[in-house]
Amino acid sequence: MVPNITLVIQGLAFFAVVLLVMKFGWPHIIAAIEERQKKIEEGLNQAEKARKELADADARVADEIRKARAEATQIIEKANQQAAQIVDKARQDAIVEATKQKAIAAADIEAQAHKAREELRGKVAELAVAGAEKILRREIDANAHKALIDQLVTEI
Amino acid sequence: MATEQAGSADMTGYIQHHLQHAQLSVGEGVFMKINVDTLFFTVLSAVVFMFLFVLLARRATAGVPGKLQCAIEMVVLFVDGLVKETFHGTSKIVAPLMITIFCLVFLMNFMDLVPVDLLPWAWANVYAVAGHDPHHAYLRAVPTADLNTTLGMALCVFLLIQYVGISSKGLGKFFGEFLTAPFHADGAVGKVLLVIPNLLLRLIEEAVRPVSLSLRLFGNMYAGELIFILIAVMTLGAALGDFSTWPLGIGQFVAGFAWTAFHILIITLQAFIFMVLSLVYLSMAAESH
Repeated sequence: MVPNITLVIQGLAFFAVVLLVMKFGWPHIIAAIEERQKKIEEGLNQAEKARKELADADARVADEIRKARAEATQIIEKANQQAAQIVDKARQDAIVEATKQKAIAAADIEAQAHKAREELRGKVAELAVAGAEKILRREIDANAHKALIDQLVTEI
Repeated sequence: MATEQAGSADMTGYIQHHLQHAQLSVGEGVFMKINVDTLFFTVLSAVVFMFLFVLLARRATAGVPGKLQCAIEMVVLFVDGLVKETFHGTSKIVAPLMITIFCLVFLMNFMDLVPVDLLPWAWANVYAVAGHDPHHAYLRAVPTADLNTTLGMALCVFLLIQYVGISSKGLGKFFGEFLTAPFHADGAVGKVLLVIPNLLLRLIEEAVRPVSLSLRLFGNMYAGELIFILIAVMTLGAALGDFSTWPLGIGQFVAGFAWTAFHILIITLQAFIFMVLSLVYLSMAAESH
């Protein structure tokens, strides 16, 4: 078998088809491939970005929680202090009031006692006078002995 | 008159020469022969396929893929999507099998696009250099234009159909369906009456599948090759001095160009059809009637 013009023309026809495919087929195929590559790359980039954002958000949240906890501790401490202060003040007030009330009560008691004593004294004098009157009705003139009785009353 | 006869004899000889396999006799009779050219180009296609896919499987990255990986990923995803849509069985062999069928048949069909005289001519030269008569250097480059290849593949698919059918239904149900499908009856008498037609229909159906599968691919590729040969015949034995060489040469170029370009479609389509039909048969086998 010798190579002849047939083979040359076949080669040319084949080459022409190759050119055809290169010109009209290949660009579509390669475009599809490149688009796919781009899509995959974009997807990977976005995933990476999302991962970073998530990590950032996590860090931020942890930070916020820590801050809030510190604040809460501070508030509780302050409240405790305030409560202690209030209790202290109330105790002091109560002591002062109690002392005052006691003093008033003591003065009152003293006054009452004094008054009772005075009354008692008066009553005893009256009784003495009444007793003496009953004993001495007929013999002693009340008026004549008034000075004596008064002296007796003051002595008691 | 004499020259015309010589010309037509030449033409017939040319065509016959092209349609003759490079054969190796391994025994007595017509059957005991090996089509060496078919085997060679089948193995070549398989090596190209395996080289591409194994290389890429090893280098595959989960990151941004290269252009070749992208292209193969697209093929794999396309076939995988098709399999997922069609095949609902559990067999794990189906998707890889379909990818293999598609790529391998495509590569084997692709040999049809190579100029029809190029490889035989190269082979004849090698043959001559080796000290043999180049007139007996036969070569057919398209493995799928050899019925042996397509029938072999179709028989493999046929065996797989039976295997998938048995493994997904169990032996009893699988052979039971030979007798009870596709015609169903309610009564016992009706069932017994329908055993014969069911069995006949099922056997014909099973037998037709590999035959139609193999003949379709073989027929398309053989016809394609034959048309390439007939186009080549236009300038057979032509001399630059003859006037008729020029219009015929241009005619051969235009016809060859058109048929090659059109054949790109055919080889892809036939590979796809072979794959899809195998897939459909396998999914039918996996589903109960």
